[in-house]
Amino acid sequence: MEYQAKELFAKHGVATTLGKVVETAEDARAAAEEIGGVTVIKAQVKAGGRGKAGGVKLAKSADEAFEHASNILGMEIKGLTVNRVLVTPATPPVEEYYFSFLLDRSNRSHLCIASVEGGVEIEEVAKTNPEAVRQIPINALEGVTPEKAAAIVDEAKFPAELRDQAIEMVQALWKVYVEEDATLVEVNPLARLEGDKLEALDGKVSLDDNASEFRHEDHAAFEIREEADPLEAKAKDLGLNYVKLDGAVGIIGNGAGLVMSTLDVVAYAGEAHGGVKPANFLDIGGGANATVMANGLDVILNDPQVKSVFVNVFGGITACDEVANGIKGALEILGDNATKPLVVRLDGNNVEEGRRILDELNHPLVTQVDTMDGAADKAAELANA
Amino acid sequence: MTIYLNKDSKIIVQGITGGMGSKHTNLMLQAGSNIVGGVNARKAGTTVELNGTELPVFGTVKEAMEATGADVSVAFVPPAFTKDACLEAIDAEIPLLVVITEGVPVQDSAEVFAYLDGKKTRMIGPNCPGIISPEESLAGITPHTIAGKGPVGLVSKSGTLTYQMMYELRDFGFSTAIGIGGDPIIGTTHIDALEAFENDPETKAIVMIGEIGGDAEERAAAYIKDHVTKPVVGYVAGFTAPEGKTMGHAGAIVSGSSGTAQAKKEALEAVGVKVGKTPSETAALMREILQSL
Repeated sequence: MEYQAKELFAKHGVATTLGKVVETAEDARAAAEEIGGVTVIKAQVKAGGRGKAGGVKLAKSADEAFEHASNILGMEIKGLTVNRVLVTPATPPVEEYYFSFLLDRSNRSHLCIASVEGGVEIEEVAKTNPEAVRQIPINALEGVTPEKAAAIVDEAKFPAELRDQAIEMVQALWKVYVEEDATLVEVNPLARLEGDKLEALDGKVSLDDNASEFRHEDHAAFEIREEADPLEAKAKDLGLNYVKLDGAVGIIGNGAGLVMSTLDVVAYAGEAHGGVKPANFLDIGGGANATVMANGLDVILNDPQVKSVFVNVFGGITACDEVANGIKGALEILGDNATKPLVVRLDGNNVEEGRRILDELNHPLVTQVDTMDGAADKAAELANA
Repeated sequence: MTIYLNKDSKIIVQGITGGMGSKHTNLMLQAGSNIVGGVNARKAGTTVELNGTELPVFGTVKEAMEATGADVSVAFVPPAFTKDACLEAIDAEIPLLVVITEGVPVQDSAEVFAYLDGKKTRMIGPNCPGIISPEESLAGITPHTIAGKGPVGLVSKSGTLTYQMMYELRDFGFSTAIGIGGDPIIGTTHIDALEAFENDPETKAIVMIGEIGGDAEERAAAYIKDHVTKPVVGYVAGFTAPEGKTMGHAGAIVSGSSGTAQAKKEALEAVGVKVGKTPSETAALMREILQSL
């Protein structure tokens, strides 16, 4: 979110105004009073187009700040509820620029995008005047040296009187990108204020979860629990790789690619069964022991939208008999909490033994189907029953 | 023939003494791989016994290569140390480096990729199942029991879909199956593998498996149009993936209208690649081609 991005900007010496983040209109009034003068009340959600949605308002007085904050708090922007607003001094820009560092997958390196033509409407500028949007590759080994920063500023054609400030800001933004292990650091708009002062008026930072895991323990604080889906939060606590979707067929599988594929196969099968769709993405990885399987089933069965569950496992490293024992153990752990039909498809390593274990279990909720397509069809049928 | 890896490949394992490293070295030995040693700076000079084979542990990749003539390294080191392990292997000029480790920070991968420029090493991965040339050698974690040798070349972002596809086409078999990994930055791409399969006389047809995120499949389609004469069948996972959510693999994310499965499928079909809707349909398309060869 904007205020979090600005905290990271300030930490690394990027010129910005932090303002105050508040959760009530009353606090917004107090913040506006403290700041004094004209303030901006800005909705804090992880979505673009906040201004267009009515989530950014100018307040001439503390009372107006209160009024705007009451309207904005609780509002929905792109499906996200606004629980916080940022109150900052209104600093009308003389000019607006765009600046970002981002991961460039195609070139397997980093890229800088800069434009002195318009800030907020950068997508529009890119269409109408692509020449004005400069894309400058960054060598991942060399990074952004003072010389590189100067070259970027010159190529983007920042005004001469801002050159030194811009060079300093580019280096500070690169520090944010590298030292925080970001995959995107965006300033939009990068504003030229009265008195030729450059400032990051709004921004966005995307962080690399892989790096946060062991290099940035402080990044966990950026996650706002109450805004995460409760099932996703629960899955995360259990160490599961889960994404909530909105269909009726719960999915458990091993390996990201196979699970993605399973979602597709279920959606196709669902076309013949009232259009039922997958309810989630859940990759239990290679292990697939009883505890992991039970945790996975527990999360999925707690999703009120789920009508049936499809367990799709290819025994690669893991043998199918271990997976079958995992399912058996999970059903024992869950006991009466297991209430929805389970369609299981096992294939690969030790498949005969795995299928035999489940046949022997003869659990009323469990149906085995030999193929992925057939099992998807069965699960979709049960979800539509 | 095979690509990148064959029965003469001499393999060392970086991180051989760790849990993953020892477990999979064991499995690689069972698969018939010629494992000649391992690397762990803190345990240099010792040996480990795996699957009845006594393997020397060296302090560095360079020492291991000098002592054993190794030409492949498989890295099972924790993400925090993966970058250094890769740079070390590249400096030692190992011809093939297979990085299995999942969870490597992408800025580390970017650095390693930049470092590879002009060097003698080919890197596969990170976050991948590695490479198998069935009945010859395995450098990675792909189960060697799924399928034998045959005319199909397989390149995939996903590990389990690699296994699934090998299983579906096990009656035909594979020259080489390579899992390139699902991270945003990887060492070997679909295009690299397509080029190698095109040049490998024993590979008669190619299965290419992609997934949402990035534009690697679109680029591969452009490459196929100009450079690949062998039949290619494709599969793309993630048609139902919502925008902005990472689906397991760090690189599997649809951003706006880019990176969608539909766009990738269309790009492939536009250059004459048949694309299956499901893994089994994809296998059926390949089966038809193989039967007509």
